[in-house]
Amino acid sequence: MKLNVNGNEHEVDVEPDMPLLWVLRDELNITGPKYGCGVAQCGACTVHIDGMAVRSCQMAAGDVDGDITTIEGLGTPNAMHAVQAAWVEHQVAQCGYCQSGQIMAAASFLDVNPEPTDDQIDRAMSANLCRCGTYPRIRAAIKTAAKNLSGA
Amino acid sequence: MGRIGNIARRTFLIGSAAVAGGVAFGTYAYKKPTDNPLLDHLGDGENAITPYVRIDAEGITLITPRADFGQGGYSTQAMLIAEELDVDPNTVRLDPGPPSAAYYNGAVMEEASPFPAYNTDPIAERARSFMHVPAKLLGLQITGGSSTVPDTFVKLRSAGCVARETLKQAAAQMAGVERSALKTQNGQVILPDGKTLGYVELAPLAATLDPVMDVPLRDESTWKYIRKNTTKRVDMIARCTGTFDYGIDLAFDDMVYASVRANPGIGGGVKSYDANAAQSMRGVQKIVPITSGVGVIADNTWRAMQAVNAIDITWDAPDYPASSDEIWQVLENAISDEYQDTRNRDDGDVETALADGDVLEAQYRIPFLAHAPLEPMNAIVKVSDDKCEIWTGTQIPGFVKDHAAKMTGLDADQVFVYTQPMGGSFGRRLEDTYVLQTIELAMAVKGTPVKMTWSREEDFAHDYPRCAQVSRARGKVANGQVDSLDLSIAAPSTAASWFGRIAMAPPGPDASLVAGAWDQPFAIPNYRVTGYRAPETVPVSSWRSVGASGNGFLHDCFLDELIHRAGADPLMERFRLCHHDVSRKVLETVGEMCNWNGHAIGENRGRGVAFTMAFSVPCAQVIEVTNTPDGIKIDNVWVAADVGKVVEPINLEAQIFGGVIFGLGHAMNCELTYDNHVPDQTNYHNYEGMRLYQCPQIMVKALENGAKIRGIGEPGVPPAAPALANAIFAATGQRIREMPLNKHINFV
Repeated sequence: MKLNVNGNEHEVDVEPDMPLLWVLRDELNITGPKYGCGVAQCGACTVHIDGMAVRSCQMAAGDVDGDITTIEGLGTPNAMHAVQAAWVEHQVAQCGYCQSGQIMAAASFLDVNPEPTDDQIDRAMSANLCRCGTYPRIRAAIKTAAKNLSGA
Repeated sequence: MGRIGNIARRTFLIGSAAVAGGVAFGTYAYKKPTDNPLLDHLGDGENAITPYVRIDAEGITLITPRADFGQGGYSTQAMLIAEELDVDPNTVRLDPGPPSAAYYNGAVMEEASPFPAYNTDPIAERARSFMHVPAKLLGLQITGGSSTVPDTFVKLRSAGCVARETLKQAAAQMAGVERSALKTQNGQVILPDGKTLGYVELAPLAATLDPVMDVPLRDESTWKYIRKNTTKRVDMIARCTGTFDYGIDLAFDDMVYASVRANPGIGGGVKSYDANAAQSMRGVQKIVPITSGVGVIADNTWRAMQAVNAIDITWDAPDYPASSDEIWQVLENAISDEYQDTRNRDDGDVETALADGDVLEAQYRIPFLAHAPLEPMNAIVKVSDDKCEIWTGTQIPGFVKDHAAKMTGLDADQVFVYTQPMGGSFGRRLEDTYVLQTIELAMAVKGTPVKMTWSREEDFAHDYPRCAQVSRARGKVANGQVDSLDLSIAAPSTAASWFGRIAMAPPGPDASLVAGAWDQPFAIPNYRVTGYRAPETVPVSSWRSVGASGNGFLHDCFLDELIHRAGADPLMERFRLCHHDVSRKVLETVGEMCNWNGHAIGENRGRGVAFTMAFSVPCAQVIEVTNTPDGIKIDNVWVAADVGKVVEPINLEAQIFGGVIFGLGHAMNCELTYDNHVPDQTNYHNYEGMRLYQCPQIMVKALENGAKIRGIGEPGVPPAAPALANAIFAATGQRIREMPLNKHINFV
């Protein structure tokens, strides 16, 4: 089957029920999306399909019907997305393992809700688990990102 | 991406120090200014230069031997070396280095000395310095116990200093000037005429010189990175752009993928298994029986996991009680003389004081807890006839190396451990079962690297959890004050369980069993803490803040009960009882931060305070909650902690945020319960911890009154749970004496 990931077309030979996460990680060596729980509880595997955040561990490869963006495609170290830049500014990551998913969730959220309230941030981001306890800085970084995105 | 290019370069660098012109610098004079004679009589070569700075044609590499599982250990270590070496920690390379006895951690065992941290008498100090000796003799290269900063603060700056001065000496010889006339800046030596010589070009000559060791460390006033509000983590951009490689992200071109299932009753064996269905599944290359389980080698992790789950396995029962009820009974029965392990605190006369009168008595319970770091356990191993290579996240690389040698029959110097950064640990990677399993798989396909990844379900079933404990608390008040406190704590020895697995169980009592309870700086007239070493049931291990994680809850909640019974103010009575000036200041500060005396906090709200001194850090927390119609909402947390000296303000705040959230999340809703020897909890849906919407505002203040520099990875954890329970009592009148608290009250 064909997959478009971060603007590149890939032909992969996998069973249609293989979760997109494992196609990305083990077939295409795109390792920004992480395996954390395999059951959509932690959000570490979050990617975008046509801009919408999805849990790649629960998305069968055969069901993908749009262009995939992973954390690597959102921005790069030399050209970070506003959300990534805010994450760095606020020094959010501790171990960082959940942060690919957190950032992808936040970017998608701000895309549909550019001026979120505190409550909306809390609700939108509570499906992504962080075991290190970076939540206070995630909140702060989302506000900074929202401000910078709206001013851009 | 972690393709082979990275790995090949890393391998080359490790091998290159001796053979390819690379130069290893660094030193730490192990002879400390102390009257301990053992430390003054080092054997031949023990004082040898140890490698923390390596310079080769590719540039400068700083060696950061303490592991990084999210606490920022690599960044901290790089900063300490760079401060003296005069390089930018953001532009040099970092390498955790090979396992080596030279990287032993002296500070990690200080906590095992039988003196409370507030006691700084010469005898106590001597006992602490004595604890460095076994650490050194064992070559104990361990990351844990909030010890990285205390252990490396002088050591790594010294390494940077010696390397810098030796490079200057080389420059002095090349330019024909005095070393004292030279300056250094950003990886270069500056000559008197303004010309520069780069460290890289000076390195070959410097390697031939005796290291220059007579230069004192720089004065604090000159520091550029340490203590600065502008110092950020060197790896933050990589961690926020998906370009940071964890162990689970590495890959080799010829690598195969694997997963395993071992007996979920830890230690039990395999009776029989049927792998016929698995064998014919797509991508499956080999079914491999391993210790206590079966593994599948395939061409994709998911296929390996699917196949291993398709194997029908009949397990043997392990030799511990099957259910939580039976385990609680073992713990309750252990509060008796035959199991007594320590009584390090026995002030006044508890027996007489509590013989009659109005004695308050309560039982406290602490559950088993999983570590559940978000990166599941994994390793890559390649075994050949004369070599075993291991890429994995570990806090115990030296032990991994020894275990691998034993398992493969190779010599230790044929085993290479490349420590990888970890996606969390919380003590989880002080164990290495997952590595040993991967070695077994790799031995079945020699010459091929095997990447083994546990499913999350395997991770929950095979965690060595934080131990459960049962405690009996008794106490009495008199004249509006706390008069007597007697704690009897029954738990298995975590030190014996853990160290028994990785080396051998240490002899003698286990101070960690009562840590956070016996060693608190309070002057209670009749004050006793007794540890009872319960028989081991489920094998257990260290969990962020270890014994203090449960004992902080026990000690401080029961103290709070007595204070309320006395009719005293919770903060003021703790302050009155506290005899340690540094700790008193911490209590005073947290009171100022939350305006303890000043503001009425409103209807249906409550405020609790807790204090625990753990890992020599006194930490006080005040928590405010609201009792909403749907449950408890945690509003605010104020934290004051004394670390002696703050080395990284931004990271310190992050570590305290993390400690508080870790403590509160598990206190609210986490436990492992056992049925048929196996935890009922299998994934994050029934072991949730804190979610973002539940996260309170957290205000942090670090104090610097303590005489010694301390680590802050763990001390934020222990006071969080009791401060929450005490706040719930203040808001509702409900005293909860077991965790998780949601067995008794809802949270929103």
